[in-house]
Amino acid sequence: MRGRTFFLYTALAFGLAFLYGPILSLVIYSFNASELVTVWAGFSTRWYGELLRDRQVLSAAWLSVRIAVVVATIAVTLGTLAGMALARHGRFLGRTFFTGLITGPLVMPDVIIGISLLLLFVTLAEAIGWPASRGMNTIIIAHATFCMAYVAVVVQSRLSGVDRSMEEAAMDLGARPVKVFFTITLPLIAPALIAGWLLSFTLSLDDLVIASFVSGPGSSTLPMVIFSKVRLGVEPTVNALATIIVGIVTFAVVVSGVLMHRAEKRRQADIQNAMREAGY
Amino acid sequence: MTATAGERRKPKGRATALRAPFHALAQRIGLSGRGLVVAVPYFWLIAFFLLPFIIVAKISLSQMIIGRPPFTDFFVWSDAWLPEIQAYLDNYRWLLQDSLYWVAYLNSVKIALISTLFCLLIGYPMAYAIARAKPTVRTLLLLMVILPFWTSFLLRVYAWMGILRNTGVVNNTLTSLGILDQPIQMMNTDFSVYVGIVYTYLPFMILPLYATLEKLDGALLEAAEDLGAKPWKVFLTVTLPLSLPGIVAGSMLVFIPAVGEYVIPELLGGPDTLMIGRVLWDEFFSNRDWPVASAVTIVLILVLVIPLALFQRHQAKVQEREA
Repeated sequence: MRGRTFFLYTALAFGLAFLYGPILSLVIYSFNASELVTVWAGFSTRWYGELLRDRQVLSAAWLSVRIAVVVATIAVTLGTLAGMALARHGRFLGRTFFTGLITGPLVMPDVIIGISLLLLFVTLAEAIGWPASRGMNTIIIAHATFCMAYVAVVVQSRLSGVDRSMEEAAMDLGARPVKVFFTITLPLIAPALIAGWLLSFTLSLDDLVIASFVSGPGSSTLPMVIFSKVRLGVEPTVNALATIIVGIVTFAVVVSGVLMHRAEKRRQADIQNAMREAGY
Repeated sequence: MTATAGERRKPKGRATALRAPFHALAQRIGLSGRGLVVAVPYFWLIAFFLLPFIIVAKISLSQMIIGRPPFTDFFVWSDAWLPEIQAYLDNYRWLLQDSLYWVAYLNSVKIALISTLFCLLIGYPMAYAIARAKPTVRTLLLLMVILPFWTSFLLRVYAWMGILRNTGVVNNTLTSLGILDQPIQMMNTDFSVYVGIVYTYLPFMILPLYATLEKLDGALLEAAEDLGAKPWKVFLTVTLPLSLPGIVAGSMLVFIPAVGEYVIPELLGGPDTLMIGRVLWDEFFSNRDWPVASAVTIVLILVLVIPLALFQRHQAKVQEREA
């Protein structure tokens, strides 16, 4: 019994070290004065300065963030509808097929999604003249398509954990479905929507392969710029960029984790209060 | 049921002059508000996920030409009422003849399989340890597994370039400690590709494994132990079979994308690390042969059909259990 627990925790410790070691090395060497990334030559922040003067990186980052915000918003809207359909609509025509369409983008290799969407855009442009040019618009459509699948799964699993009786009570009292959705369902699944939005934002910000296929000239996203830099070898400014991203993500995850934990606690307390007042 | 009840009440005093005809029209084409909830994402996915594959299949049957678009037409409109279909199987014949493609497909599947196995071997004990931890610690540990997933995939791959290089962290440390006289070549080999895939996909293995292991009924394990089964026997006959859905889901989440991986072999692999994602990319961007690239895509989808079906079935089961 003891031996097994010991083994499990050792494995966990090594596993986490494996997950965090490389990230830590990026952070450490971003403060290295030497150009040869892995030879330590004293502490310096010069790569951060150089990064902030790199116009190409900055404009690509700005483009990526703008794309990611639009993508996350579209993906949450569509993904919520899809998640509602899966969790609340029982059987409908072509349900199995719909489930297939939702789970497909979750695992489909990027190269397949990228090439097929590009060929779709090219064919459409020939046939109906839309999209006239490829760039931000086509990247947004491509990203929203695979992000909505993730949102749908998150929303569906949240919905299945939510008690349906409140929605039913509202309906029985004469509220219209749209009103029920906005006043009852939406607040209940809000954590899933926030998680889905953040997930979509990150996935969009992170995608290299699909964006490379569907973007046009002059619209290079941040991963595309990073990729062209690191393809040639190790780049100290990329380490600095990685450190900034890791910092932002850690901060965001910790803050949202604490906020969600508090909101959940408050909700539980509210339910208990309500129960007590009702005399249970 | 409840939705229809709600809708039946709707017209009562609410149907304005404007809404009524719209409502009638919507009902005539079979769209209620409820229907729209399904229709909008359905339509989007058909247009931007399914239709593209049909177009890829179509273009894979055409031939490369110099022009815009750089492939021959599928339908040729002559004087007849119906268009003639102009399809060529040349691209598929080409894939069969050139051993490059065969080797690339087989190698991708091999690399993905071995990486999946390593993810499972590393991820299973981790998921098991997290599932058995105290609830408060559990949330924190889960967060720690998910956190790397939120940081850039590309940058996590890049991190290994700095670690595995001949002048990288590992080689520098080992030579300065006197363990090695000369650095070992780790970058640009199959080894670095394995490391990269296992590293980036590990969270995808741990999360579904954790989800099934967490639900595991402790009473079953105790019963088996009370009846005198040895720990490894309890594991093999109770824990492992019960966690099979998680193993399948996690393995598919790693295996399927890994087969088509492009970034990892491109950055960490050597020039001779053949993977189909890379071949597809070069065919498209360097050779600009869209029809052959399309044929490569279609064959790749066919290679992945069985794993995809397995994954779909797992997802459908999860959904049914939740519903």
